[in-house]
Amino acid sequence: MIPARSAVWRVGLVAAAVLVSLSMVALVIGFSVGVGDLPIPLSTTFSALTNRLGWTAIELEPIHEAVIWDYRLSRSLVAAFCGAGLALSGAIMQSLLRNPLAEPYVLGISAGASTGAVAIFILGVGTGAVSLSVGAFAGAFGAFLFVALLSNGTRGGADRTILAGVAASQLFNAATSYIVTTSGNAQQARDVMFWLLGSFGGVRWPELALVASVIGFGLVACLIYARNLDAFAFGDEAAAALGLNVGKVRLQLFALTALMTATIVSMVGSIGFVGLVVPHAVRFFIGPLHIRLLPASSVAGAVFMVLADIASRLLVPGQTLPVGVVTALVGVPFFSAILYRFRSPS
Amino acid sequence: MSVSAEGVTWRIGRRAIVDGVSIDVRPGETLGLLGPNGSGKTSLLRLLAGLRQPHAGRITIGGMDLRTTERRVIAKRVAFVEQHAATNASLKVIDVVKLGRFPHRSLFSGWSIDDQNAVEAALEKTGIAGMRDALWQTLSGGEKQRVHIARALAQTPMELFLDEPTNHLDVHHQISLLRLVSELPVTSIIALHDLNHAAMFCDRLIVMKAGKIATAGSPEEVLTENLLREVFSVEARIEPSRHHARLHVHYLL
Repeated sequence: MIPARSAVWRVGLVAAAVLVSLSMVALVIGFSVGVGDLPIPLSTTFSALTNRLGWTAIELEPIHEAVIWDYRLSRSLVAAFCGAGLALSGAIMQSLLRNPLAEPYVLGISAGASTGAVAIFILGVGTGAVSLSVGAFAGAFGAFLFVALLSNGTRGGADRTILAGVAASQLFNAATSYIVTTSGNAQQARDVMFWLLGSFGGVRWPELALVASVIGFGLVACLIYARNLDAFAFGDEAAAALGLNVGKVRLQLFALTALMTATIVSMVGSIGFVGLVVPHAVRFFIGPLHIRLLPASSVAGAVFMVLADIASRLLVPGQTLPVGVVTALVGVPFFSAILYRFRSPS
Repeated sequence: MSVSAEGVTWRIGRRAIVDGVSIDVRPGETLGLLGPNGSGKTSLLRLLAGLRQPHAGRITIGGMDLRTTERRVIAKRVAFVEQHAATNASLKVIDVVKLGRFPHRSLFSGWSIDDQNAVEAALEKTGIAGMRDALWQTLSGGEKQRVHIARALAQTPMELFLDEPTNHLDVHHQISLLRLVSELPVTSIIALHDLNHAAMFCDRLIVMKAGKIATAGSPEEVLTENLLREVFSVEARIEPSRHHARLHVHYLL
Protein backbone atom coordinates (compact mmCIF):
# COMPACT_ATOMS: atom_id res chain seq x y z
CA MET A 1 0.00 0.00 0.00
CA ILE A 2 1.39 3.37 -1.01
CA PRO A 3 0.95 6.06 1.62
CA ALA A 4 -0.86 9.12 0.30
CA ARG A 5 1.46 12.04 -0.23
CA SER A 6 1.07 14.50 2.60
CA ALA A 7 -1.17 17.46 1.89
CA VAL A 8 1.52 20.03 2.75
CA TRP A 9 3.99 18.45 0.35
CA ARG A 10 1.31 18.45 -2.35
CA VAL A 11 0.40 22.10 -1.89
CA GLY A 12 4.08 22.99 -1.97
CA LEU A 13 4.59 21.10 -5.21
CA VAL A 14 1.60 22.77 -6.85
CA ALA A 15 2.74 26.20 -5.67
CA ALA A 16 6.22 25.58 -7.07
CA ALA A 17 4.79 24.48 -10.43
CA VAL A 18 2.59 27.58 -10.62
CA LEU A 19 5.50 29.83 -9.69
CA VAL A 20 7.84 28.31 -12.29
CA SER A 21 5.12 28.50 -14.95
CA LEU A 22 4.28 32.13 -14.27
CA SER A 23 7.97 33.06 -14.25
CA MET A 24 8.40 31.41 -17.62
CA VAL A 25 5.47 33.33 -19.09
CA ALA A 26 6.71 36.56 -17.49
CA LEU A 27 10.18 36.01 -18.93
CA VAL A 28 9.04 35.51 -22.53
CA ILE A 29 6.69 38.49 -22.20
CA GLY A 30 9.66 40.52 -20.96
CA PHE A 31 11.64 39.52 -24.06
CA SER A 32 8.65 40.18 -26.29
CA VAL A 33 8.30 43.71 -24.94
CA GLY A 34 11.95 44.35 -25.84
CA VAL A 35 11.62 43.28 -29.47
CA GLY A 36 10.78 45.73 -32.25
CA ASP A 37 11.98 48.78 -34.18
CA LEU A 38 12.95 50.24 -30.84
CA PRO A 39 14.76 47.54 -28.83
CA ILE A 40 14.21 47.80 -25.10
CA PRO A 41 16.43 45.91 -22.62
CA LEU A 42 14.76 43.50 -20.20
CA SER A 43 16.00 45.55 -17.23
CA THR A 44 14.22 48.65 -18.54
CA THR A 45 10.96 46.71 -18.88
CA PHE A 46 11.37 45.40 -15.35
CA SER A 47 12.07 48.91 -14.01
CA ALA A 48 9.08 50.33 -15.85
CA LEU A 49 6.94 47.70 -14.18
CA THR A 50 8.27 48.32 -10.67
CA ASN A 51 7.97 52.08 -11.23
CA ARG A 52 4.32 51.69 -12.18
CA LEU A 53 3.71 49.55 -9.12
CA GLY A 54 5.26 52.31 -7.01
CA TRP A 55 8.06 50.09 -5.70
CA THR A 56 10.83 52.04 -7.41
CA ALA A 57 11.37 55.47 -8.95
CA ILE A 58 14.03 54.77 -11.57
CA GLU A 59 14.63 57.41 -14.23
CA LEU A 60 13.71 55.94 -17.65
CA GLU A 61 13.47 57.35 -21.15
CA PRO A 62 9.86 58.51 -21.70
CA ILE A 63 9.80 56.96 -25.19
CA HIS A 64 10.65 53.57 -23.70
CA GLU A 65 7.95 53.83 -21.09
CA ALA A 66 5.42 54.95 -23.68
CA VAL A 67 6.22 52.06 -26.03
CA ILE A 68 6.05 49.56 -23.18
CA TRP A 69 2.80 50.78 -21.70
CA ASP A 70 0.94 51.94 -24.80
CA TYR A 71 1.86 49.16 -27.22
CA ARG A 72 3.98 46.21 -26.39
CA LEU A 73 3.02 45.03 -22.92
CA SER A 74 -0.68 44.81 -23.65
CA ARG A 75 0.06 43.13 -26.97
CA SER A 76 2.29 40.51 -25.37
CA LEU A 77 -0.18 39.84 -22.57
CA VAL A 78 -3.01 39.41 -25.08
CA ALA A 79 -0.80 37.00 -27.03
CA ALA A 80 -0.16 35.01 -23.86
CA PHE A 81 -3.86 34.77 -22.99
CA CYS A 82 -4.81 33.86 -26.56
CA GLY A 83 -2.17 31.13 -26.65
CA ALA A 84 -3.36 29.81 -23.29
CA GLY A 85 -7.00 29.85 -24.37
CA LEU A 86 -6.38 28.12 -27.70
CA ALA A 87 -4.21 25.39 -26.18
CA LEU A 88 -6.74 24.86 -23.39
CA SER A 89 -9.64 24.65 -25.87
CA GLY A 90 -7.64 22.28 -28.06
CA ALA A 91 -6.86 19.97 -25.15
CA ILE A 92 -10.54 19.85 -24.18
CA MET A 93 -11.69 19.23 -27.75
CA GLN A 94 -9.21 16.39 -28.21
CA SER A 95 -10.42 14.69 -25.04
CA LEU A 96 -14.11 15.33 -25.55
CA LEU A 97 -14.10 14.19 -29.18
CA ARG A 98 -11.48 11.48 -28.51
CA ASN A 99 -9.75 12.53 -31.68
CA PRO A 100 -6.08 13.57 -31.83
CA LEU A 101 -6.84 15.86 -34.78
CA ALA A 102 -9.47 17.86 -32.90
CA GLU A 103 -8.65 21.52 -32.29
CA PRO A 104 -10.51 24.66 -31.21
CA TYR A 105 -11.84 25.35 -34.72
CA VAL A 106 -13.21 21.85 -35.30
CA LEU A 107 -16.73 23.03 -34.53
CA GLY A 108 -16.66 25.57 -37.34
CA ILE A 109 -15.89 28.51 -35.09
CA SER A 110 -13.24 30.15 -37.25
CA ALA A 111 -15.33 29.65 -40.39
CA GLY A 112 -18.30 31.26 -38.65
CA ALA A 113 -16.12 34.10 -37.43
CA SER A 114 -14.87 34.84 -40.93
CA THR A 115 -18.42 34.89 -42.30
CA GLY A 116 -19.51 37.24 -39.53
CA ALA A 117 -16.55 39.55 -40.00
CA VAL A 118 -16.88 39.65 -43.78
CA ALA A 119 -20.62 40.24 -43.58
CA ILE A 120 -20.17 43.17 -41.22
CA PHE A 121 -17.43 44.58 -43.41
CA ILE A 122 -19.28 44.28 -46.68
CA LEU A 123 -22.70 45.20 -45.36
CA GLY A 124 -21.02 48.19 -43.77
CA VAL A 125 -22.72 47.97 -40.41
CA GLY A 126 -20.77 50.19 -38.06
CA THR A 127 -17.11 50.94 -38.62
CA GLY A 128 -13.69 49.83 -37.52
CA ALA A 129 -12.25 46.88 -35.72
CA VAL A 130 -14.84 46.86 -32.92
CA SER A 131 -17.80 46.06 -35.16
CA LEU A 132 -15.61 43.59 -37.06
CA SER A 133 -15.00 41.80 -33.78
CA VAL A 134 -18.68 41.86 -32.90
CA GLY A 135 -19.50 40.36 -36.30
CA ALA A 136 -16.81 37.72 -35.94
CA PHE A 137 -18.04 36.80 -32.46
CA ALA A 138 -21.64 36.56 -33.64
CA GLY A 139 -20.60 34.42 -36.61
CA ALA A 140 -18.49 32.15 -34.42
CA PHE A 141 -21.28 31.60 -31.97
CA GLY A 142 -23.76 31.11 -34.80
CA ALA A 143 -21.57 28.31 -36.14
CA PHE A 144 -21.32 26.77 -32.69
CA LEU A 145 -25.11 26.82 -32.23
CA PHE A 146 -25.50 25.26 -35.67
CA VAL A 147 -23.16 22.41 -34.72
CA ALA A 148 -24.68 21.99 -31.26
CA LEU A 149 -28.18 21.71 -32.70
CA LEU A 150 -27.12 19.47 -35.56
CA SER A 151 -25.09 17.04 -33.46
CA ASN A 152 -27.56 16.93 -30.60
CA GLY A 153 -30.44 16.51 -33.02
CA THR A 154 -28.73 13.39 -34.29
CA ARG A 155 -28.10 12.24 -30.69
CA GLY A 156 -24.56 13.40 -30.03
CA GLY A 157 -21.57 11.09 -30.31
CA ALA A 158 -18.05 12.30 -31.04
CA ASP A 159 -18.00 11.29 -34.70
CA ARG A 160 -21.31 12.99 -35.41
CA THR A 161 -20.14 16.14 -33.68
CA ILE A 162 -17.02 16.22 -35.84
CA LEU A 163 -19.11 15.67 -38.97
CA ALA A 164 -21.47 18.45 -37.93
CA GLY A 165 -18.41 20.67 -37.40
CA VAL A 166 -17.08 19.84 -40.85
CA ALA A 167 -20.50 20.61 -42.33
CA ALA A 168 -20.62 23.94 -40.48
CA SER A 169 -17.09 24.86 -41.64
CA GLN A 170 -17.96 24.09 -45.25
CA LEU A 171 -21.21 26.03 -45.02
CA PHE A 172 -19.69 29.13 -43.47
CA ASN A 173 -16.61 29.07 -45.71
CA ALA A 174 -18.93 28.91 -48.69
CA ALA A 175 -20.97 31.78 -47.28
CA THR A 176 -17.77 33.81 -46.83
CA SER A 177 -16.66 33.12 -50.39
CA TYR A 178 -20.12 33.99 -51.64
CA ILE A 179 -20.11 37.35 -49.90
CA VAL A 180 -16.55 38.08 -51.04
CA THR A 181 -17.13 37.19 -54.69
CA THR A 182 -20.48 38.92 -55.03
CA SER A 183 -19.45 42.10 -53.23
CA GLY A 184 -18.27 45.02 -55.31
CA ASN A 185 -15.42 45.71 -52.95
CA ALA A 186 -12.98 42.85 -53.32
CA GLN A 187 -10.08 44.77 -51.80
CA GLN A 188 -11.95 45.28 -48.54
CA ALA A 189 -12.85 41.61 -48.47
CA ARG A 190 -9.20 40.68 -48.91
CA ASP A 191 -8.34 42.96 -46.01
CA VAL A 192 -10.76 41.03 -43.84
CA MET A 193 -9.32 37.70 -44.89
CA PHE A 194 -5.84 38.99 -44.05
CA TRP A 195 -7.10 40.19 -40.67
CA LEU A 196 -8.47 36.70 -40.02
CA LEU A 197 -5.02 35.16 -40.61
CA GLY A 198 -4.18 36.49 -37.20
CA SER A 199 -2.44 39.52 -35.86
CA PHE A 200 -1.81 41.07 -32.48
CA GLY A 201 -1.36 44.49 -34.04
CA GLY A 202 -3.75 47.00 -32.58
CA VAL A 203 -4.71 45.13 -29.41
CA ARG A 204 -4.49 47.31 -26.30
CA TRP A 205 -5.59 47.24 -22.66
CA PRO A 206 -9.38 47.00 -23.24
CA GLU A 207 -8.84 43.90 -25.37
CA LEU A 208 -6.57 42.49 -22.67
CA ALA A 209 -9.23 43.05 -20.01
CA LEU A 210 -11.77 41.14 -22.10
CA VAL A 211 -9.57 38.23 -23.13
CA ALA A 212 -8.05 37.91 -19.64
CA SER A 213 -11.43 37.66 -17.97
CA VAL A 214 -12.83 35.17 -20.50
CA ILE A 215 -9.76 32.93 -20.52
CA GLY A 216 -9.32 33.25 -16.75
CA PHE A 217 -12.91 32.19 -16.21
CA GLY A 218 -12.49 29.42 -18.77
CA LEU A 219 -9.38 28.02 -17.09
CA VAL A 220 -10.98 27.92 -13.65
CA ALA A 221 -14.15 26.32 -15.02
CA CYS A 222 -12.12 23.75 -16.97
CA LEU A 223 -10.10 22.81 -13.91
CA ILE A 224 -13.36 22.09 -12.11
CA TYR A 225 -14.26 19.82 -15.03
CA ALA A 226 -10.82 18.15 -15.16
CA ARG A 227 -11.88 14.88 -13.52
CA ASN A 228 -14.97 14.67 -15.74
CA LEU A 229 -12.73 14.89 -18.80
CA ASP A 230 -10.66 11.97 -17.48
CA ALA A 231 -13.87 9.94 -17.33
CA PHE A 232 -14.31 10.43 -21.09
CA ALA A 233 -11.11 8.45 -21.81
CA PHE A 234 -13.02 5.29 -22.76
CA GLY A 235 -15.86 6.99 -24.57
CA ASP A 236 -19.31 8.33 -23.83
CA GLU A 237 -20.78 5.04 -22.72
CA ALA A 238 -18.00 4.39 -20.21
CA ALA A 239 -18.28 7.95 -18.92
CA ALA A 240 -22.03 7.51 -18.46
CA ALA A 241 -21.45 4.21 -16.66
CA LEU A 242 -19.17 6.09 -14.26
CA GLY A 243 -22.06 8.39 -13.39
CA LEU A 244 -21.40 11.31 -15.70
CA ASN A 245 -24.27 13.15 -17.32
CA VAL A 246 -22.54 12.96 -20.67
CA GLY A 247 -24.86 15.12 -22.75
CA LYS A 248 -24.92 17.96 -20.24
CA VAL A 249 -21.18 17.99 -19.48
CA ARG A 250 -20.31 17.77 -23.15
CA LEU A 251 -22.55 20.68 -24.07
CA GLN A 252 -21.25 22.80 -21.21
CA LEU A 253 -17.64 22.15 -22.20
CA PHE A 254 -18.35 22.80 -25.87
CA ALA A 255 -20.01 26.08 -24.94
CA LEU A 256 -17.06 27.02 -22.74
CA THR A 257 -14.47 26.33 -25.44
CA ALA A 258 -16.68 28.07 -28.01
CA LEU A 259 -16.82 31.15 -25.79
CA MET A 260 -13.04 31.22 -25.37
CA THR A 261 -12.30 30.48 -29.03
CA ALA A 262 -14.87 32.93 -30.37
CA THR A 263 -13.48 35.68 -28.12
CA ILE A 264 -9.95 35.00 -29.35
CA VAL A 265 -10.86 34.68 -33.04
CA SER A 266 -12.94 37.83 -33.03
CA MET A 267 -10.04 39.72 -31.44
CA VAL A 268 -6.92 38.46 -33.21
CA GLY A 269 -8.18 36.24 -36.05
CA SER A 270 -8.02 32.47 -36.36
CA ILE A 271 -4.48 31.57 -35.39
CA GLY A 272 -3.91 27.93 -36.23
CA PHE A 273 -1.84 25.07 -34.87
CA VAL A 274 -1.48 26.29 -31.27
CA GLY A 275 -4.66 24.52 -30.25
CA LEU A 276 -3.75 21.40 -32.18
CA VAL A 277 -0.08 20.95 -31.41
CA VAL A 278 0.53 22.32 -27.92
CA PRO A 279 -1.72 19.84 -26.05
CA HIS A 280 -0.03 16.93 -27.85
CA ALA A 281 3.40 18.23 -26.91
CA VAL A 282 2.36 18.69 -23.29
CA ARG A 283 0.97 15.13 -23.10
CA PHE A 284 4.44 13.80 -23.94
CA PHE A 285 5.81 15.35 -20.79
CA ILE A 286 3.08 15.11 -18.19
CA GLY A 287 0.65 12.45 -19.45
CA PRO A 288 -3.07 12.57 -20.19
CA LEU A 289 -4.61 13.36 -16.76
CA HIS A 290 -6.47 16.63 -17.12
CA ILE A 291 -5.83 18.17 -13.75
CA ARG A 292 -2.23 18.58 -14.94
CA LEU A 293 -2.77 18.64 -18.71
CA LEU A 294 -5.11 21.63 -18.75
CA PRO A 295 -3.01 24.11 -16.74
CA ALA A 296 0.22 22.89 -18.37
CA SER A 297 -1.29 23.29 -21.86
CA SER A 298 -2.38 26.81 -20.97
CA VAL A 299 1.11 27.77 -19.85
CA ALA A 300 2.78 26.11 -22.84
CA GLY A 301 0.27 27.74 -25.19
CA ALA A 302 0.95 31.15 -23.67
CA VAL A 303 4.72 30.76 -24.01
CA PHE A 304 4.45 29.39 -27.56
CA MET A 305 2.19 32.21 -28.70
CA VAL A 306 4.39 34.95 -27.24
CA LEU A 307 7.41 33.36 -28.91
CA ALA A 308 5.49 33.13 -32.20
CA ASP A 309 4.60 36.81 -31.87
CA ILE A 310 8.29 37.64 -31.32
CA ALA A 311 9.22 35.56 -34.38
CA SER A 312 6.54 37.26 -36.47
CA ARG A 313 8.25 40.58 -35.81
CA LEU A 314 11.82 39.33 -36.34
CA LEU A 315 11.67 36.89 -39.28
CA VAL A 316 11.33 39.51 -41.99
CA PRO A 317 13.15 42.75 -41.06
CA GLY A 318 10.91 45.78 -41.20
CA GLN A 319 7.75 43.75 -41.62
CA THR A 320 5.38 41.93 -39.27
CA LEU A 321 4.15 38.57 -40.52
CA PRO A 322 0.65 37.39 -39.62
CA VAL A 323 1.18 35.39 -36.44
CA GLY A 324 -1.00 32.58 -37.84
CA VAL A 325 1.64 32.11 -40.54
CA VAL A 326 4.40 31.80 -37.96
CA THR A 327 2.54 29.32 -35.73
CA ALA A 328 1.91 27.14 -38.77
CA LEU A 329 5.54 27.43 -39.91
CA VAL A 330 6.66 26.19 -36.51
CA GLY A 331 3.62 23.97 -36.02
CA VAL A 332 3.81 21.87 -39.15
CA PRO A 333 7.32 20.47 -38.59
CA PHE A 334 6.40 19.86 -34.97
CA PHE A 335 3.21 18.08 -35.95
CA SER A 336 5.13 16.00 -38.47
CA ALA A 337 7.45 14.92 -35.68
CA ILE A 338 4.45 13.83 -33.59
CA LEU A 339 3.01 11.86 -36.49
CA TYR A 340 6.41 10.21 -36.93
CA ARG A 341 6.61 9.45 -33.22
CA PHE A 342 3.17 7.78 -33.33
CA ARG A 343 3.83 5.88 -36.56
CA SER A 344 2.34 2.42 -36.44
CA PRO A 345 4.93 -0.26 -35.72
CA SER A 346 5.75 -2.24 -38.83
CA MET B 1 -34.74 -7.70 -5.17
CA SER B 2 -31.39 -6.41 -6.26
CA VAL B 3 -32.27 -5.90 -9.92
CA SER B 4 -35.81 -5.92 -11.20
CA ALA B 5 -37.24 -5.27 -14.67
CA GLU B 6 -40.91 -5.26 -15.62
CA GLY B 7 -42.00 -5.45 -19.23
CA VAL B 8 -38.95 -3.56 -20.49
CA THR B 9 -39.02 -2.70 -24.17
CA TRP B 10 -36.41 -0.78 -26.15
CA ARG B 11 -36.55 -0.09 -29.87
CA ILE B 12 -34.34 1.18 -32.64
CA GLY B 13 -36.75 2.76 -35.06
CA ARG B 14 -39.73 0.40 -35.12
CA ARG B 15 -37.74 -2.72 -34.38
CA ALA B 16 -37.92 -3.93 -30.78
CA ILE B 17 -34.40 -4.91 -29.74
CA VAL B 18 -35.54 -5.72 -26.21
CA ASP B 19 -39.17 -6.79 -26.18
CA GLY B 20 -41.16 -6.92 -22.96
CA VAL B 21 -38.45 -8.41 -20.77
CA SER B 22 -39.15 -9.02 -17.08
CA ILE B 23 -36.51 -10.32 -14.70
CA ASP B 24 -35.88 -10.41 -10.97
CA VAL B 25 -32.38 -10.96 -9.64
CA ARG B 26 -31.75 -11.68 -5.97
CA PRO B 27 -28.88 -10.02 -4.09
CA GLY B 28 -25.62 -11.88 -4.55
CA GLU B 29 -26.92 -13.99 -7.40
CA THR B 30 -24.82 -14.66 -10.53
CA LEU B 31 -27.11 -14.53 -13.52
CA GLY B 32 -25.96 -15.69 -16.95
CA LEU B 33 -27.43 -14.02 -20.00
CA LEU B 34 -27.34 -16.34 -23.02
CA GLY B 35 -28.57 -16.05 -26.55
CA PRO B 36 -27.39 -15.93 -30.15
CA ASN B 37 -25.79 -12.82 -31.64
CA GLY B 38 -28.29 -10.00 -31.95
CA SER B 39 -30.71 -11.47 -29.43
CA GLY B 40 -30.60 -8.31 -27.30
CA LYS B 41 -28.19 -9.29 -24.51
CA THR B 42 -26.01 -6.19 -24.75
CA SER B 43 -29.00 -3.87 -25.09
CA LEU B 44 -30.64 -5.43 -22.03
CA LEU B 45 -27.44 -4.96 -20.00
CA ARG B 46 -27.26 -1.31 -21.06
CA LEU B 47 -30.88 -0.80 -20.06
CA LEU B 48 -30.29 -2.43 -16.68
CA ALA B 49 -27.22 -0.25 -16.12
CA GLY B 50 -29.31 2.83 -16.86
CA LEU B 51 -27.32 3.72 -19.97
CA ARG B 52 -30.46 3.60 -22.13
CA GLN B 53 -33.98 4.61 -21.23
CA PRO B 54 -36.57 1.92 -21.99
CA HIS B 55 -39.46 2.93 -24.25
CA ALA B 56 -41.77 0.92 -22.04
CA GLY B 57 -41.49 -0.84 -18.71
CA ARG B 58 -39.71 -0.11 -15.49
CA ILE B 59 -36.33 -1.04 -14.03
CA THR B 60 -35.41 -0.79 -10.36
CA ILE B 61 -32.06 -1.42 -8.74
CA GLY B 62 -32.10 -1.89 -4.99
CA GLY B 63 -35.59 -0.38 -5.07
CA MET B 64 -34.47 2.78 -6.94
CA ASP B 65 -36.37 3.51 -10.14
CA LEU B 66 -33.68 4.10 -12.77
CA ARG B 67 -35.84 6.61 -14.62
CA THR B 68 -35.86 9.01 -11.68
CA THR B 69 -32.41 8.32 -10.22
CA GLU B 70 -29.40 10.48 -10.94
CA ARG B 71 -26.64 8.90 -12.99
CA ARG B 72 -24.04 9.37 -10.28
CA VAL B 73 -26.22 7.70 -7.64
CA ILE B 74 -26.65 4.70 -9.95
CA ALA B 75 -22.91 4.55 -10.66
CA LYS B 76 -22.14 4.35 -6.94
CA ARG B 77 -23.64 0.87 -6.83
CA VAL B 78 -23.78 -0.35 -10.45
CA ALA B 79 -20.61 -1.09 -12.43
CA PHE B 80 -20.69 -1.98 -16.10
CA VAL B 81 -17.93 -3.59 -18.13
CA GLU B 82 -18.43 -2.96 -21.82
CA GLN B 83 -17.43 -5.34 -24.55
CA HIS B 84 -15.10 -3.02 -26.42
CA ALA B 85 -13.82 -0.01 -24.53
CA ALA B 86 -10.60 1.45 -25.86
CA THR B 87 -8.78 4.73 -25.50
CA ASN B 88 -6.06 6.56 -27.37
CA ALA B 89 -4.89 8.30 -24.21
CA SER B 90 -1.64 6.86 -22.84
CA LEU B 91 -3.08 6.18 -19.41
CA LYS B 92 -1.40 3.97 -16.85
CA VAL B 93 -3.22 0.93 -15.49
CA ILE B 94 -3.51 2.63 -12.10
CA ASP B 95 -5.12 5.71 -13.71
CA VAL B 96 -7.74 3.53 -15.40
CA VAL B 97 -8.56 1.65 -12.20
CA LYS B 98 -8.77 4.94 -10.31
CA LEU B 99 -11.52 6.04 -12.73
CA GLY B 100 -13.70 3.59 -10.84
CA ARG B 101 -13.70 5.98 -7.89
CA PHE B 102 -15.18 8.77 -10.03
CA PRO B 103 -18.81 8.40 -8.85
CA HIS B 104 -17.72 8.31 -5.20
CA ARG B 105 -15.76 11.57 -5.29
CA SER B 106 -17.34 14.98 -5.15
CA LEU B 107 -16.06 17.87 -7.24
CA PHE B 108 -13.49 19.06 -4.72
CA SER B 109 -12.80 16.00 -2.59
CA GLY B 110 -9.27 14.72 -2.53
CA TRP B 111 -8.09 11.15 -2.85
CA SER B 112 -9.27 9.42 0.34
CA ILE B 113 -8.09 6.31 2.17
CA ASP B 114 -11.34 4.61 1.11
CA ASP B 115 -10.54 5.38 -2.53
CA GLN B 116 -7.03 4.04 -2.13
CA ASN B 117 -8.21 0.87 -0.39
CA ALA B 118 -10.84 0.18 -3.05
CA VAL B 119 -8.29 0.57 -5.83
CA GLU B 120 -5.68 -1.63 -4.12
CA ALA B 121 -8.27 -4.34 -3.43
CA ALA B 122 -9.41 -4.26 -7.06
CA LEU B 123 -5.82 -4.55 -8.32
CA GLU B 124 -5.19 -7.49 -6.00
CA LYS B 125 -8.38 -9.37 -6.86
CA THR B 126 -7.80 -9.13 -10.59
CA GLY B 127 -4.12 -9.98 -10.26
CA ILE B 128 -2.82 -6.86 -11.95
CA ALA B 129 -1.12 -5.16 -9.00
CA GLY B 130 2.24 -5.85 -10.61
CA MET B 131 1.42 -3.89 -13.77
CA ARG B 132 0.01 -0.77 -12.14
CA ASP B 133 2.42 1.53 -13.96
CA ALA B 134 2.15 -0.16 -17.36
CA LEU B 135 0.70 1.96 -20.15
CA TRP B 136 -2.70 0.97 -21.55
CA GLN B 137 -1.38 0.72 -25.12
CA THR B 138 1.23 -1.87 -24.10
CA LEU B 139 -1.32 -4.32 -22.63
CA SER B 140 -2.62 -7.44 -24.32
CA GLY B 141 -6.34 -7.83 -24.95
CA GLY B 142 -6.72 -10.04 -21.90
CA GLU B 143 -4.83 -7.63 -19.67
CA LYS B 144 -7.00 -4.74 -20.85
CA GLN B 145 -10.09 -6.73 -19.96
CA ARG B 146 -8.76 -7.40 -16.47
CA VAL B 147 -8.00 -3.71 -16.02
CA HIS B 148 -11.59 -2.90 -16.97
CA ILE B 149 -12.83 -5.40 -14.41
CA ALA B 150 -10.51 -3.92 -11.80
CA ARG B 151 -11.93 -0.48 -12.64
CA ALA B 152 -15.44 -1.87 -12.17
CA LEU B 153 -14.48 -3.45 -8.83
CA ALA B 154 -12.92 -0.17 -7.68
CA GLN B 155 -16.41 1.26 -8.02
CA THR B 156 -17.23 -1.07 -5.09
CA PRO B 157 -20.48 -2.03 -6.80
CA MET B 158 -23.41 -3.98 -5.38
CA GLU B 159 -24.42 -4.88 -8.93
CA LEU B 160 -21.89 -5.80 -11.60
CA PHE B 161 -22.89 -6.15 -15.25
CA LEU B 162 -20.43 -7.67 -17.68
CA ASP B 163 -20.87 -7.90 -21.44
CA GLU B 164 -19.02 -10.98 -22.70
CA PRO B 165 -16.11 -10.40 -20.33
CA THR B 166 -14.19 -13.52 -21.37
CA ASN B 167 -13.99 -12.56 -25.04
CA HIS B 168 -10.30 -11.76 -25.32
CA LEU B 169 -9.05 -14.02 -22.57
CA ASP B 170 -7.12 -17.27 -22.71
CA VAL B 171 -8.68 -20.31 -21.05
CA HIS B 172 -6.90 -19.80 -17.76
CA HIS B 173 -8.01 -16.20 -17.47
CA GLN B 174 -11.55 -17.02 -18.63
CA ILE B 175 -11.96 -19.50 -15.79
CA SER B 176 -10.28 -17.37 -13.15
CA LEU B 177 -12.31 -14.33 -14.12
CA LEU B 178 -15.62 -16.16 -13.98
CA ARG B 179 -14.64 -17.78 -10.69
CA LEU B 180 -13.72 -14.35 -9.31
CA VAL B 181 -17.02 -12.81 -10.41
CA SER B 182 -19.16 -15.72 -9.21
CA GLU B 183 -17.50 -15.63 -5.79
CA LEU B 184 -17.88 -11.87 -5.32
CA PRO B 185 -20.56 -10.93 -2.79
CA VAL B 186 -22.29 -8.81 -5.43
CA THR B 187 -25.18 -9.36 -7.80
CA SER B 188 -23.70 -10.06 -11.22
CA ILE B 189 -25.30 -10.34 -14.60
CA ILE B 190 -22.97 -11.70 -17.26
CA ALA B 191 -23.64 -11.96 -20.97
CA LEU B 192 -21.90 -15.13 -22.08
CA HIS B 193 -21.45 -17.24 -25.20
CA ASP B 194 -19.84 -20.28 -23.66
CA LEU B 195 -22.65 -22.53 -22.42
CA ASN B 196 -20.29 -24.68 -20.34
CA HIS B 197 -19.03 -21.60 -18.54
CA ALA B 198 -22.63 -20.58 -17.95
CA ALA B 199 -23.38 -24.02 -16.47
CA MET B 200 -20.28 -23.94 -14.28
CA PHE B 201 -20.41 -20.46 -12.82
CA CYS B 202 -23.98 -19.14 -12.94
CA ASP B 203 -26.69 -19.67 -10.33
CA ARG B 204 -29.39 -18.94 -12.85
CA LEU B 205 -29.62 -18.47 -16.61
CA ILE B 206 -31.76 -16.42 -18.92
CA VAL B 207 -31.84 -17.30 -22.60
CA MET B 208 -32.83 -14.56 -25.01
CA LYS B 209 -34.09 -14.88 -28.55
CA ALA B 210 -35.11 -11.96 -30.76
CA GLY B 211 -35.37 -9.57 -27.81
CA LYS B 212 -37.58 -11.82 -25.72
CA ILE B 213 -36.80 -14.21 -22.91
CA ALA B 214 -36.98 -17.71 -24.39
CA THR B 215 -36.52 -19.43 -21.08
CA ALA B 216 -35.18 -18.80 -17.60
CA GLY B 217 -34.22 -20.87 -14.60
CA SER B 218 -31.39 -22.89 -13.09
CA PRO B 219 -28.76 -24.24 -15.52
CA GLU B 220 -30.30 -27.71 -15.13
CA GLU B 221 -33.73 -26.37 -16.11
CA VAL B 222 -32.55 -24.18 -18.95
CA LEU B 223 -29.82 -26.10 -20.72
CA THR B 224 -31.69 -28.78 -22.62
CA GLU B 225 -31.01 -30.41 -25.93
CA ASN B 226 -34.29 -29.02 -27.24
CA LEU B 227 -33.41 -25.46 -26.31
CA LEU B 228 -30.02 -25.67 -27.97
CA ARG B 229 -31.68 -26.91 -31.13
CA GLU B 230 -34.39 -24.22 -31.11
CA VAL B 231 -32.45 -21.17 -29.96
CA PHE B 232 -28.89 -21.82 -31.05
CA SER B 233 -29.56 -24.24 -33.96
CA VAL B 234 -26.98 -26.75 -32.73
CA GLU B 235 -27.22 -30.44 -31.94
CA ALA B 236 -25.79 -31.32 -28.57
CA ARG B 237 -25.88 -33.84 -25.77
CA ILE B 238 -26.05 -32.50 -22.24
CA GLU B 239 -25.15 -34.50 -19.15
CA PRO B 240 -23.80 -33.93 -15.65
CA SER B 241 -20.04 -33.72 -15.75
CA ARG B 242 -18.10 -36.62 -14.34
CA HIS B 243 -15.57 -34.16 -12.91
CA HIS B 244 -17.83 -31.59 -11.28
CA ALA B 245 -21.48 -31.55 -10.33
CA ARG B 246 -22.48 -29.11 -13.05
CA LEU B 247 -23.87 -29.85 -16.51
CA HIS B 248 -21.61 -30.30 -19.50
CA VAL B 249 -22.58 -29.60 -23.08
CA HIS B 250 -21.12 -31.82 -25.79
CA TYR B 251 -21.61 -30.37 -29.26
CA LEU B 252 -22.14 -33.03 -31.92
CA LEU B 253 -20.14 -33.13 -35.10
